[in-house]
Amino acid sequence: MNIYVLVKQVPATDKVKIDETTGTMKREEVEAVINPLDLYAIETSLQIKEMCSDKVDITAISMGPPKAEEVLKEAISMGCDRGILLSDRAFAGADTWATSYTIATLIKKMEPFSLIITGERATDGETGQVGPSLAGQLDLPIVTYTSRIVEVDRDYIILERETEEGTEMVRMKLPGVISVTKAIGEPRLPTLKGKIRARDTKIEIFDLERLGLVKEEVGLSGSLTRVVKVFYPKISRAGKKIRVKSPEEGAIAIMEFLQERGIL
Amino acid sequence: MNKEVIILGEVRNGKIHSVTYELLAWGKELSEKLKTKLSALILGHNIRNLEEIIYYGADKVYYLEHPRLNIFNPEVYAEALVPFIKEVEPDILLAGATTLGRTIMPYLAGRLKAGLTADCTSLDIEEETGLLLQTRPAIGGNVLATIKTPNSKPQMATVRPKGKKPLEKDTRRFGEIKVIKPNINLNSRIERLNFKSREEEISLVDAEVVISGGKGLKDPRNISLIFEISKLIESSAVGASRAIVDMGWVGYPHQVGLSGKTVNPKVYIAVGISGAVQHLAGMMNSESIIAINKDPEAPIFQVSDLGIIGDALEILPVLKKKLEERKNDV
Ligand SMILES: Cc1cc2nc3c(=O)[nH]c(=O)nc-3n(C[C@H](O)[C@H](O)[C@H](O)COP(=O)(O)OP(=O)(O)OC[C@H]3O[C@@H](n4cnc5c(N)ncnc54)[C@H](O)[C@@H]3O)c2cc1C
Ligand SMILES: Nc1ncnc2c1ncn2[C@@H]1O[C@H](COP(=O)(O)O)[C@@H](O)[C@H]1O
Repeated sequence: MNIYVLVKQVPATDKVKIDETTGTMKREEVEAVINPLDLYAIETSLQIKEMCSDKVDITAISMGPPKAEEVLKEAISMGCDRGILLSDRAFAGADTWATSYTIATLIKKMEPFSLIITGERATDGETGQVGPSLAGQLDLPIVTYTSRIVEVDRDYIILERETEEGTEMVRMKLPGVISVTKAIGEPRLPTLKGKIRARDTKIEIFDLERLGLVKEEVGLSGSLTRVVKVFYPKISRAGKKIRVKSPEEGAIAIMEFLQERGIL
Repeated sequence: MNKEVIILGEVRNGKIHSVTYELLAWGKELSEKLKTKLSALILGHNIRNLEEIIYYGADKVYYLEHPRLNIFNPEVYAEALVPFIKEVEPDILLAGATTLGRTIMPYLAGRLKAGLTADCTSLDIEEETGLLLQTRPAIGGNVLATIKTPNSKPQMATVRPKGKKPLEKDTRRFGEIKVIKPNINLNSRIERLNFKSREEEISLVDAEVVISGGKGLKDPRNISLIFEISKLIESSAVGASRAIVDMGWVGYPHQVGLSGKTVNPKVYIAVGISGAVQHLAGMMNSESIIAINKDPEAPIFQVSDLGIIGDALEILPVLKKKLEERKNDV
């Protein structure tokens, strides 16, 4: 069985620094990492590999600049079998529709597969839209917010997903798409053997031409949404600030505040 | 005349869920600016009280009724919704950024080749063009981006639950309820085997008071103080910053912020939380905010109505004692 895992390279956003004077992001200081939530997608594929009696072949797929090869190598060092990078200047600026469209085009050219696994969302775009959009474009079933793999067979998978209300157990016919959450279990660390294999494995690259697409369909020009303005949130609510001389004073201030608002 | 603004309502356990009414409040502002109708879409089976949706602001309710729409299944929902959207051609389609909205909206957008903006925190109409202006946090909440969908229809967006209060209920309003029986022939590839509902605590998003702890609590044991205080305040719930969720002091369901829940209680109490933009993104719309922090420069004070500069570990035990005394007095 073939499994495709989608991994994205993102800026390490918790390290994003804003230049206080100009209010812009200090880009040069930002390093790129594998989207932390995609480690759980990789972990899921490896769990499935262990659960299956059939041979499972896992391909990690990423779309991004040449540097994004790094995240595919990381996926291989954790246990994925190979990596494919979708990379072309024309892909730059893609929104979630254009990203899914480009990935869908690749998938249609590839061998038949059982499962596509994505992370819950990418920490840069924070949309979580790529998985469901891809499923919509490929007319595949999708299960989002997957928290546990219960059973896998040649033509179906049973899994649990979390919603606001509780836990739902579903059975999905394969092929299909799933997005997974952190609940799936701690991602394993790369092994030494894996690292060596990653070093020796060549990442296959697909550009615009190899995908058989034209510029207008991808990247910024293929995107349906347009960012028209970027600005910095102004937050201020000039309230009262007191430096308390005793814990007593602080507790009383809180009690009074709650009473004034009819809470107590 | 513009085509209508439609909101995708949600039904949970056979009842219309409150996110539906919040969506109507979002939609009303847009439909008024566009001088067009506001409609609600409801999918399900044997649903009553649809007139409530009219009372909360809809001009029209499209009720897609079918036994197979009883529980959410993206494939089955899409089979009902795709032909509907193609026929009605709404100008704007809004849904909640809930597990349902975040699944069905991109699935539909993929099918329909429509632009979709996730997790909007504000929506507006551009005067000259009548286009939807969708504003959402980007780059981990450090900036806000305004997004347009100029060339595809409908313009689709999800909005964060609890981002807006429902309109006043008005039982004198009237509107049309149109029942549609969609054809659903699909042999669905997804089947629900069973469902375990979560035990009911006061949910964080519905609580009147949210008391949240951060790294300033210093030790995982101190989070119990927060829980004990919450028990002493009626209709309150416990929240947390991501820092302490990541360290495993409390579970992820308690996380407030950009990658957690959005809350807007009457009072939000931030204890030992610095007030990073990502945290603010989840609690800034609270009606009032109290912050306790040792550092007078902590950014949380910029959004608080009552800022207490002091040591939370000393203040909390006293607060707890006072709340207990009060309870015994009554
Ligand atoms: C993409 C992304 C998404 C994120 N999403 C979220 C999110 O959803 N929610 C979230 O909360 N964060 C989120 N974060 C993380 C966020 O940036 C902050 O790191 C986090 O909110 C900090 O948590 P904290 O305030 O508890 O800890 P700190 O920033 O370490 O603050 C602790 C505070 O406690 C004070 N303090 C210390 N001792 C005491 C004492 N004895 N009494 C009183 N005060 C004391 C200190 O002065 C300090 O201000 C996200 C980050 C990224 C990059
Ligand atoms: N450029 C990309 N390359 C590979 N996978 C991606 C890319 N963008 C998004 N994904 C996948 O889709 C998931 C959701 O991403 P997003 O919709 O951007 O939040 C991620 O966790 C990845 O698994």
